[in-house]
Amino acid sequence: MKYTEDDLKKELETKEYEYGFYTDIDSDTFPIGLDENIVRAISKKKEEPQWMTDWRLEAFRHWKEMVEPEWANVHYQKPDFQAISYYSAPNKKPKYDSLDEVDPELLDTFKRLGISLDEQKKLAGVAVDIVMDSVSVATTFKKTLAEKGIIFCSISEAIKEHPELVKKYIGSVVPQRDNFYAALNSAVFSDGSFCYIPKGVRCPMELSTYFRINQAGTGQFERTLVIADEGSYVSYLEGCTAPSRDENQLHAAVVELVALDDAEIKYSTVQNWYPGGKDGKGGVFNFVTKRGICEKNAKISWTQVETGSAVTWKYPSCILKGDNSIGEFYSIAVTNNYQQADTGTKMVHLGKNTRSTIISKGISAGKSQNSYRGLVKISPNADNARNFSQCDSLLMGNSCGAHTFPYIEVKNKTAQIEHEATTSKIGEDQIFYCNQRGINTEKAIALIVNGFSKEVLNKLPMEFAVEAQKLLEISLEGSVG
Amino acid sequence: MGLKDKLLSSYIALEDHLEDDSPLHELRSKAIKTFEAKGFPTKKEEAWKYTSLNSLLKTDYSIFPKQENAIEFKDVKKYFLHEIDTYKIVFIDGVYNSFLSETTHDKLDVCLLSSALNKSKYKPIIEAYFNKVAKDDSLTSLNTAFAKEGAYIRIPKNKEVEKPIEILNFSTGNEGAVLLQPRNLIVVEENAHVQIIERHQSLSENAVFTNSVTEIFAEKRAYVDFYKIQNDGPSASLIDNTYISQDRDSNCKVHTFAFGGKLIRNNLNFYQNGEHCDSTLKGITILENKQHVDHNTLVHHIAPNCESHQDYKGIFGDASTGVFNGKIVVEKDAQKTDAFQQNNNILVDDKATINAKPQLEIFADDVKCSHGCTIGQLDEEALFYLRSRGIAKKEARALLMYAFANTVLESVKIPELKGRINKLIAKKIGVNLGFNV
Repeated sequence: MKYTEDDLKKELETKEYEYGFYTDIDSDTFPIGLDENIVRAISKKKEEPQWMTDWRLEAFRHWKEMVEPEWANVHYQKPDFQAISYYSAPNKKPKYDSLDEVDPELLDTFKRLGISLDEQKKLAGVAVDIVMDSVSVATTFKKTLAEKGIIFCSISEAIKEHPELVKKYIGSVVPQRDNFYAALNSAVFSDGSFCYIPKGVRCPMELSTYFRINQAGTGQFERTLVIADEGSYVSYLEGCTAPSRDENQLHAAVVELVALDDAEIKYSTVQNWYPGGKDGKGGVFNFVTKRGICEKNAKISWTQVETGSAVTWKYPSCILKGDNSIGEFYSIAVTNNYQQADTGTKMVHLGKNTRSTIISKGISAGKSQNSYRGLVKISPNADNARNFSQCDSLLMGNSCGAHTFPYIEVKNKTAQIEHEATTSKIGEDQIFYCNQRGINTEKAIALIVNGFSKEVLNKLPMEFAVEAQKLLEISLEGSVG
Repeated sequence: MGLKDKLLSSYIALEDHLEDDSPLHELRSKAIKTFEAKGFPTKKEEAWKYTSLNSLLKTDYSIFPKQENAIEFKDVKKYFLHEIDTYKIVFIDGVYNSFLSETTHDKLDVCLLSSALNKSKYKPIIEAYFNKVAKDDSLTSLNTAFAKEGAYIRIPKNKEVEKPIEILNFSTGNEGAVLLQPRNLIVVEENAHVQIIERHQSLSENAVFTNSVTEIFAEKRAYVDFYKIQNDGPSASLIDNTYISQDRDSNCKVHTFAFGGKLIRNNLNFYQNGEHCDSTLKGITILENKQHVDHNTLVHHIAPNCESHQDYKGIFGDASTGVFNGKIVVEKDAQKTDAFQQNNNILVDDKATINAKPQLEIFADDVKCSHGCTIGQLDEEALFYLRSRGIAKKEARALLMYAFANTVLESVKIPELKGRINKLIAKKIGVNLGFNV
């Protein structure tokens, strides 16, 4: 049978969300709406110290005065922030010693997601800090990590047990008043991950967190803080899937990375929130603030595979503060049906001899809109700064759109900046070439799409590459071999 | 009283002189209302993110020049392309100067917008074209409200104009600071060919603020070659709004040479309304001191099978600022579009700044669109090569800069103009290139 691009298009349109199931776990959910009392209640519920409550309240006061940003190239019905419940945690919250004690239903959820804790424990060597509806439920490999002095726990635990670290670094990269969603997150964040790698330690395994939005009508407000002390290395993985839901769910996360002198952080994300139905109904609003700061000789590398969410608004950024620091951004964004993605990065060069690389691949199908928006800024003191950016877009069908909005601001004469963007479709000649060599059209499309995104896929850690492939398949099944 | 208020009250004064029933009157009052509502653009607007007009708005400009100022040809000869014969439309402080001009009505119209607006025989043309492609942003609306004078050029079907047309706007500064709002209308009919050179020149140190609007209509198979020379004094600022509507198989080229002025903003907009259009936008920018040049281009691909080519080169010295904001929009129906945009910049001094924002907005799948943007320095190895062959550092640098800008210069079709621009570049870079091109 001949497999053409039209078939692929049809398949993409009719493809249902595979991971759309709902786990029935009791949750204790707060009344809907948001005011200072709710913020206090969240803080109290989490048994937080006074300074944290004050910090949240300060953020809330800023948030009240801010307006939702409208500059992004996305259109959606704005969420009613008073119609959301700001806290939801699985009811049973025991501390497990082994997997047997975990709620079987929860285990089943992970099984269906293809994540077996056992398997990962034994085979992949991945410690998973599972966040299910905002509260950390299980943490594995804690022992191994503890021996090295690595702290990997939920942020609420860290607030209690390592207040000096949290106090010092939280809000240091993304301040409370940074933007509307960051302020909201700072006020109401329910949980998230905290990670600290001590001086000179190379984290022996990939640290990983899986997120799921589980409760209808609850927003997910994750807060992640990763600190790599001098000369340390960590690779952090974040992946997420969410069940089908007809009303829009809000996800406003904040991720802060701190790479001190000579440290390296590799942060990889596979995002597969529910993208909404074929008619554009439902789906997750993903408004995320991710930013890292690099001190001397430090390196931060963001890799993301964005396949889900109805609306994505996400710009993982690097502030290259220290001399000789390096920032990298590798991204694949796939949009289908009525999905809208406005994603990219910011590379702010402050130190001397700083380098940054941006590779962004956008694939749009159906009636979706896919935008790359990025900023490369070279400040007057950033001598010999170097940037290379490449943004490629692939269009499937003519009801979708691909947009590129790069901003380049240079205030130093020794800077060297290259930016390149292309937009194309899968060429008939490319397919013809493959056909001619005995590769059928289906395989050819797979080959081309694969080749198109390979540069980014290659950057994912081994353990994660499989998952990423799997999620790419969901969006572009039949085209990825 | 701020400039905006002054303009609004001046409009009331202008209105008294206008005929009440003219359809243009309606257009003007609508335009002034738009301007009143929108005001001057601020940095908060995305399109003006990198350019602030604040420094211009503080001056107290005279809006209607009171007297007719005369200048001697010998004083301004160097601003004309005097080596060859050309048609000339010359304005001094916004007023037409017949002595310096050379217009015609013989087979083609090279004359004044004021007569086109007022004479009944031009009425059909004004109705069909005037303000038809210009957009209603605040500065264009401001110009529309006050539009009185400018060049009116109409090239009839199949006419190939034998010599270039020069549009020169001089400001004498005799009355202190002045605000000029020239309005040009250019209609190039089917299969007609024309070359136009436009220049704004101030003759004193007094502040000049020019808010110019040019509408160009290129009909079927028309060929338009337009050159903008912006090499003005340190107190002259220019906002150039150019709108080009292209019909099928037409070919339009706009070259912008921005070498001087206090603040220059070029809003260059191309609309490809028919199939197989070809649009070319090229520019060389060489700046020094605190000059600021903002190139804001739009190529709107509406019909299929069209092409567009953009190539902008910039060399920025001292504390100058360069902005490139290029946008390519490809509509859903504009399949088989081939759009290319290139922007290369060299920063020469520490305090110079470049802000680039090359954008693609694409709604059609079968297209070839790309853009490239670089910011860097002269190649040290190339410099070393030249110096090892006995070429002094300054000359070597100049040669490399010249080579850098040459891709744009190459496509200038009028040899005398090319020579002139060569000289300007050599002067700007501060050396004698030692050869003539």
